[in-house]
Amino acid sequence: MSDLISMTATEIAALVAGGETSAVEVTQAHLDRIAAVDDRVHAFLHVDTEGALAAARAVDERRAAGEELGPLAGVPVAVKDVLATRGVPTTVGSKILEGWRPPYDATIVQRLREAGTVMLGKTNMDEFAMGSSTEYSAYGPTHNPWDLSRIPGGSGGGSAAALAAYEAPLAIGSDTGGSIRQPGAVTGTVGAKPTYGGTSRYGLVAFSSSLDTPGPCARTVLDAALLHQVIGGHDPRDSTSIPQPVPDVVAAAKLGATGDLTGVRLGIVTEFVGEGAEPGVMAAFRESVDALTKMGAEVVEVSCPTFAYALPAYYLIAPSECSSNLARFDGVRFGLRVGDDGNRSLEEVMSLTREAGFGPEVKRRIMIGTYALSSGYYDAYYGQAQKVRTLITRDFTAAFERVDALISPTTPSVAFPMGARTADPYQMYLADLYTIPTNLYGGPGISVPCGLSEGLPVGLQVMAPTMADDRMYRVAAALESAVGTFTPPTL
Amino acid sequence: MTTTLPAYDEVVARFEPVIGLETHVELGTNTKMFCGCPTDFGGEPNTRVCPVCLGLPGSLPVANKAAIEAIIRIGLALNCSIAEWCRFARKNYFYPDMPKNFQISQYDEPICVDGYLDVEVGGETVRIEIERVHLEEDTGKTLHVGGATGRIHGATESLVDYNRAGIPLVEIVTKPITGTGALAPDVAKAYVAELRDVIRTLGVSDVRMEEGSLRCDVNTSLNLPGAEWGTRTETKNVNSLRSVERAVRSEMLRQASVLDAGGRITQETRHFHEDTGDTTPGRSKETATDYRYFPEPDLVPIAPDPAWVAELKAALPELPRVHRRRLQQQWGLSDLDMQSVLNAGAVELIEATVAAGTTPAAARKWWLGELSRRANESGVELAEIGATPAQVAELQGLVDAGKLNDKMARTVLEGVVDGEGSPTEIMTNRGLEVVSDTGALTAAVDEAIAANPGIADKIRSGKVAAVGALVGAVMKTTRGQADAKTLRELILERLGVQG
Repeated sequence: MSDLISMTATEIAALVAGGETSAVEVTQAHLDRIAAVDDRVHAFLHVDTEGALAAARAVDERRAAGEELGPLAGVPVAVKDVLATRGVPTTVGSKILEGWRPPYDATIVQRLREAGTVMLGKTNMDEFAMGSSTEYSAYGPTHNPWDLSRIPGGSGGGSAAALAAYEAPLAIGSDTGGSIRQPGAVTGTVGAKPTYGGTSRYGLVAFSSSLDTPGPCARTVLDAALLHQVIGGHDPRDSTSIPQPVPDVVAAAKLGATGDLTGVRLGIVTEFVGEGAEPGVMAAFRESVDALTKMGAEVVEVSCPTFAYALPAYYLIAPSECSSNLARFDGVRFGLRVGDDGNRSLEEVMSLTREAGFGPEVKRRIMIGTYALSSGYYDAYYGQAQKVRTLITRDFTAAFERVDALISPTTPSVAFPMGARTADPYQMYLADLYTIPTNLYGGPGISVPCGLSEGLPVGLQVMAPTMADDRMYRVAAALESAVGTFTPPTL
Repeated sequence: MTTTLPAYDEVVARFEPVIGLETHVELGTNTKMFCGCPTDFGGEPNTRVCPVCLGLPGSLPVANKAAIEAIIRIGLALNCSIAEWCRFARKNYFYPDMPKNFQISQYDEPICVDGYLDVEVGGETVRIEIERVHLEEDTGKTLHVGGATGRIHGATESLVDYNRAGIPLVEIVTKPITGTGALAPDVAKAYVAELRDVIRTLGVSDVRMEEGSLRCDVNTSLNLPGAEWGTRTETKNVNSLRSVERAVRSEMLRQASVLDAGGRITQETRHFHEDTGDTTPGRSKETATDYRYFPEPDLVPIAPDPAWVAELKAALPELPRVHRRRLQQQWGLSDLDMQSVLNAGAVELIEATVAAGTTPAAARKWWLGELSRRANESGVELAEIGATPAQVAELQGLVDAGKLNDKMARTVLEGVVDGEGSPTEIMTNRGLEVVSDTGALTAAVDEAIAANPGIADKIRSGKVAAVGALVGAVMKTTRGQADAKTLRELILERLGVQG
């Protein structure tokens, strides 16, 4: 394994800036790694070799010309296939968008380009980000580099697996109910869901507009913070984007790395440390709590009773919004079109296109959402779920009056074997039990590796108040300094 | 099915109509409702589009502040309350000219509510209550190509132009309008006319019905006196003021004939046909479409600053009704006279003519007289008659200068309407100038006196009224090219009589 691929983004950026290596060399090393292992991992749906090398050359030319480079210039990044990339295929893991090359870049992608990062390609995901194992990708599953027979989490399993397999030092994910954090937890990587509105959704193919949050994935907390800083901040193209600067997450990560949490109050969510989690997960979590306490944090238990209703509320709100968001995939303007033989009506072509283009989980959610929004059912389902959302927000607000941040295991189990939950949607949904409340509230959450259970990684989640993303980075970096990072077996 | 329609008078004697109007106004903002694409009319298909108004995956809407300002001003002009907080909603249904397969509109939280608009009908003021005014985006346009009918059935291809998709639309909905009886069609027309004038005065839309920037749907129902309201129909494709009136009248007659035959009214959308003046059924609403409205999660709520709303209110221009009252005073017209000016659609025309230097009385005489007659004959609106206020003012200037007499001026005006040129050009080209050579005129007068000694004697003996006969005689010999007033004075002078 080449040294370049095992380095952190911070280290690579420093070498490129100092002229000790070139962006092209770094990029080529990662492209070589992808070529060597991705047939087994299947983290990527599309590798943009030419685009990546061209972007790397541009960085090298800028450096040669004496231009000042950004903090991540020359660092390769893998982008979840949920973000529109100009001229580069964007499928959202669905057949219905097969072959679509967007005419525009998502704001985040544009910011990545402007910062001089090098986009390696697009990563695999559950179709339309609906799933927790990446098994619902229409293009085949991604394998967990820790154990290729296990799932890498989802929906952003491709981004997390790319990091764990050393195919990329940085990746972008999107988190609607845990799709950044849960894959981070089960692959031993760091995944952060920023405050809703803290990162732009423009160009993020929508699943659930009021929940979707793009964010950074990395192998270290500091790398995640650096990436967060580059992609975050107000975007006038996204009306729900918060018109405030990103909290200084990089400084917070550096502060946390000193290993001092004196004066920081942490709350363990009582409801998330009961019987639901695997014993091995709980053991790693308890050890981490001890470590946090040793660093000076004051740790208490905080009950958030409404969190028990988060999962059902989520499975009404997200499908409702998705039923409307996914209506535009009708074969008229872009992507797949089926049955247009000149004899069929427009409606028939639309139906055939959607029938062939969407997978079973996507159809299930469109139907649930259509039902929940129907006249006569709206109040009982969508309306009621919105009330639950308000109550969950109140629980968070009350908790943050007592503590600076909440902690819990990221997900109840370690990576499960492939195929173990595909027959039972509810079992699949339970993987996001601990991550969903944060999405309903809109605050930030991060998963940081905290130990191993039976040789598989366990993640700890830190949740903070909205626009206090810096707090979670501090706690996560402190924990990382105490427990270290985790390296999977050699592929 | 052929049915004989009952007489209108008989229908309104037996039934009470309830009407309601939904009016869509395309705002004249520079850019679309949720993106930066230009809004101007025309343009090659699909050239004024971007990822947002095409609804491409990942794109997001951002509300146009100018459109929000425009709708607030409309709401204020219609005496509405402006919501301190409201949201957009998604209206979900599949249609290829709607890029996202949902329309961003407003549902249970419109930005303007509970207003009214006073309109004048037959000298009476009728207060039309406004239920709501809300903002939404327009759809694209579908063109069905091939096939015999040009309609969706049988078409070989459907082409969609998204240039119009995302243009801001304001929907203005009245409350049910009751108690108007036989005047219902006139009230409907007067309301749309007044609404159009208000919006034009605000300068937020060009409100052209023929270009579709003002579109009107008319709801109509009939009930027996004292009974519950009847089932309503919604008539679409009502594209002129005259059609608004005709559509209501035609629908009242049709419904009466159905009810008379013991039938029941189907709740449905009907289409108005300009050529026949009839309505025909469209899509039935019996099985109501479920639009699955829910708050648009991609847009933040609209919360207009009350101070800003107050500023907008203070800066509203003089509204048409107030403006008209001021003009009526300035022009010294009775209510009845003003009403005929309004009915003729002549307010702005007279105002512009007066501004060009004509007296109000003269301006009114031309527009309500000769020009209104011509407009009626050719079935066009007065404003489209082909004569401009400037030309009418020029014509009156020629009369005032004694160059044209009344009869000649009317001839010249015919020429103006027929597009022969300016009044001065027509006067010259047709050789219509008043004979002002008093030498020639005096000779003609003397000749007439000599030829009519009896009449001359009567005038000399004090019957001055008889002078008309001599004026007529001179006019005949000069082929009308004399100024009647000058001529009369000259005759009296030659006879040595005081005028």
